[in-house]
Amino acid sequence: MHPFSYERATSIDQAVQAASEGACFIAGGTNLLDLMKENVARPQRLVDINHLGLDTLEPLPNGGLRIGALMRNADLAAHPEIKARYPLLADALMAGASPQLRNMATTGGNLMQRTRCYYFYDTATPCNKREPGTGCTAIGGATRIHAVLGASEHCIAVHPSDMCVALAALDATVNVIGPDGSRSIPFLEFHRLPGDAPQHDNTLRNDELILNVELPAQGFAAHYSYLKIRDRLSFAFALVSVAAAMNLNNAGRITEARIALGGVAHKPWRLAQAEALLLGHSPGQRTFAQVADVLLRDASSQGDNRFKIELAHRAIRRALAQAAGRTPQSQVNKRVPSPRSNS
Amino acid sequence: MPTVPVSLNVNDQAHELDLGPDVTLLDALRERLQLTGTKKGCDHGQCGACTVLVDGRRINACLTLAVMHEGARIATIEGLADADRLHPLQQAFIEHDAFQCGYCTSGQICSALGLLNEKHLQAHTNDLRPAIREYMSGNLCRCGAYRNIVSAIEQVHAGEVK
Repeated sequence: MHPFSYERATSIDQAVQAASEGACFIAGGTNLLDLMKENVARPQRLVDINHLGLDTLEPLPNGGLRIGALMRNADLAAHPEIKARYPLLADALMAGASPQLRNMATTGGNLMQRTRCYYFYDTATPCNKREPGTGCTAIGGATRIHAVLGASEHCIAVHPSDMCVALAALDATVNVIGPDGSRSIPFLEFHRLPGDAPQHDNTLRNDELILNVELPAQGFAAHYSYLKIRDRLSFAFALVSVAAAMNLNNAGRITEARIALGGVAHKPWRLAQAEALLLGHSPGQRTFAQVADVLLRDASSQGDNRFKIELAHRAIRRALAQAAGRTPQSQVNKRVPSPRSNS
Repeated sequence: MPTVPVSLNVNDQAHELDLGPDVTLLDALRERLQLTGTKKGCDHGQCGACTVLVDGRRINACLTLAVMHEGARIATIEGLADADRLHPLQQAFIEHDAFQCGYCTSGQICSALGLLNEKHLQAHTNDLRPAIREYMSGNLCRCGAYRNIVSAIEQVHAGEVK
């Protein structure tokens, strides 16, 4: 690792001050230390923010919940309020990483994790995200894991988080603080598309600290599913994932719907127009297919990842059927019925 | 890099160390305290060979800095047995032949102990083996002793919930 100094922050003010002087925060460290070992990240000054007390879950006056930025992924997934009211979030968390990593990784750190694009990690190859202006080796390279939506000629990396896909579907808000005070960022505006500045994964400024993530009261606890498709059954990043949630009225018609995709873009992917197609309809494969068509309308492949477009189409239809039928994807037994029984 | 004083409590023993801030918990255990039961496999949090328990919770010792664990209670494979009496998980791994080369075993056993502490398996009476496999997915075994590893954990879990 590149040499660095280490200090423990004892107050939020102290942490923000250090960040404004160029320091880098460390919380769970599971991604940052890995990047430091690979020389992809070379912070000169690390500020340990684990002791700032931002690890609680609090109810909000509007019926929502406030998740402290330092709450561990495992604790959040196991919290009775999350399991009962936001099972989509609990399932997305359980779909991610391994038990050991979930014990370490934090809510804020999960938002801030970097892409697992092989070329971003390989300091011997050009990468616009790692070294702006050097080019993208992934384009024309091995692209099995790369984006099919929202990519640019400068970067085709995807955001690797599962948790963030659920938070996007749930319309969460990210509260941050910096030298000029605090501000709230709607979840869909937190991560960004690569455009011509793929070095910026998100809209957080370097001197800002994530304080918490707020969930609105609506948790879609009845009709939801988090479906993650990957190369092995556990402990692998998504090729495609779908967070699906809806509400049905007494007549069985859909009154509210959310669909977010993971593994396909530089940020969790949502399209209001696709969700609107479901409103007023009874759940059914024909409607679900139209939704998938619209969500993937602008999808384009890099070659190796062409299969992801069809995979995403099928995953969207399956996840919507699971949500509608109150049969959410199990995060333990992930084998799914043969395609014949679900067509 | 200048060193910093770090107090680590490992297996109920206090240690005062001077460490560079870049020393991982794994390297501190192995290279400074000579507790080499904890293994370095991938050094990237992908294989689980370095699994230890910090305040009762299983973590990857390779992806955390020792200096971040000042004052924490760390348990490694060396601290599980009660003198000559093996921990039930250690005994079960022997009875079920749950290893071949043994390199992943310390991590498997510490991870299994973390899993039993987490009480996740109580909810899986009908699909216990798939649940053990899922909740042990952070530990790879290159020899492929998984079937017997699951059996060993199943046995200790059954003994605990009786």
